[in-house]
Amino acid sequence: MSARVDITMTLNGEEIVETVEPRMLLSDFLRDRLGLTGTHVGCEHGVCGACTIRLNGVTARSCLTFAVQADGARIETVEHLGTVSSLGRIQQAFRKHHALQCGFCTPGFLMTVQEMLETLPLDTDEEIRDALSGNICRCTGYEHIVRAVRELADEREGAAA
Amino acid sequence: MKPAPFEYVRAASVREAIALLDHDDAKIIAGGQSLVPMMNFRLAQPERIVDINAIAELSGIREDGSDIVIGSLVRHAEAMRSPLLARHFPVIAEAMHHVAHLAIRNRGTIGGSLVHADPSAEWPLLVALLDGEIVAEGPDGCRTVKADEFFVAPLVTEIDETEILVAVRFPKPAPGAGMAFDEVARRAGDFAVASAGALVSVEDGVMREVRVALGGVGDGPVRATAVEEELTGRVADKVSISDTVELACEGLEPETDIHASAEYRLSLVPVLVRRVLERAVLRAGAGAA
Repeated sequence: MSARVDITMTLNGEEIVETVEPRMLLSDFLRDRLGLTGTHVGCEHGVCGACTIRLNGVTARSCLTFAVQADGARIETVEHLGTVSSLGRIQQAFRKHHALQCGFCTPGFLMTVQEMLETLPLDTDEEIRDALSGNICRCTGYEHIVRAVRELADEREGAAA
Repeated sequence: MKPAPFEYVRAASVREAIALLDHDDAKIIAGGQSLVPMMNFRLAQPERIVDINAIAELSGIREDGSDIVIGSLVRHAEAMRSPLLARHFPVIAEAMHHVAHLAIRNRGTIGGSLVHADPSAEWPLLVALLDGEIVAEGPDGCRTVKADEFFVAPLVTEIDETEILVAVRFPKPAPGAGMAFDEVARRAGDFAVASAGALVSVEDGVMREVRVALGGVGDGPVRATAVEEELTGRVADKVSISDTVELACEGLEPETDIHASAEYRLSLVPVLVRRVLERAVLRAGAGAA
């Protein structure tokens, strides 16, 4: 009853073809099948936000999506934001403001912040906190994360002006 | 914590999906934001998953005469941004702000929230408040179910396992009606401990139509009919509202659970009803419905 299914998706700009069991979660597919371990798995029921990815341009919990559902979709993971030797802009801001301690939650935060910067006004720190509320940091380093996002939002306004 | 094996089928049309549901243990997946957690915990182990995400006819928000029709696949984020909904039902965006978080709102759907029927969820309350009608399609065709008949018990609805919720119809309110929603939750995005919504039409300083709906305090969304009746025809001011908010507790028997005691839930009801009524009156007065 759980015949394996062929799927094709555009992952971080590259087309991939794989065969999966329908029950395989997208988070496990990314990490265990493709070795893209940047996406972290925390609670595995959609609460913590560590597994957040972009699915057809919007953020989604990869632990609440089956890989088979991503057939034909465009997926971006944290690996798409930059590399260790060449950090992306959001990653640079996190580094500058010490917006991480253990780093477990960071990939999810980075993916969420990318969408926030694209879609939300972020006029106030309260709005930033509200938009970040779906990502949990157990080191409770939120203050520094908000500072990093504040800088990115201000920079965006400067660029637009 | 991995789901049990299942067969996966992607339906291209409502008819095809209904045919695929003709199976001992089939389950529809839309946003999957309630179903997949249950499958990860193996609380749900359906044998067949029918994916309806590719069915175009379930998408979109449109005007149909005196109704606004929301397709069951409309995501919370889409409802939040819809200019059509903002014009007729600004209370929907106000309520959607309380639904979980960005990534969940991008995936979760109105149809999924309604068939899941969590008594604390926002969409069930909105359907009760806005006199919404649920359109379900099954092997024998379409039927329409009113809000007060749809919610049977917590997580149980009138919809049959052979049917699909295809759309929700909301009759447009009187022009100038004011609306408001508020809730109390332990943390931003959590399910509400208690919630309330109000819709008020004001004419010459008098309340003509008053609707109040409550969430989190019953088996499903509840209309506070005692408050509605008492306030209809009263002067639209804080004094009238103050006089009646306690009536909202009449007949309520909320549950005690890990999130809150029944007493606490009950104590929140008049507080929330006062807030939403005062705000709705203010908005009606400003003509900003």
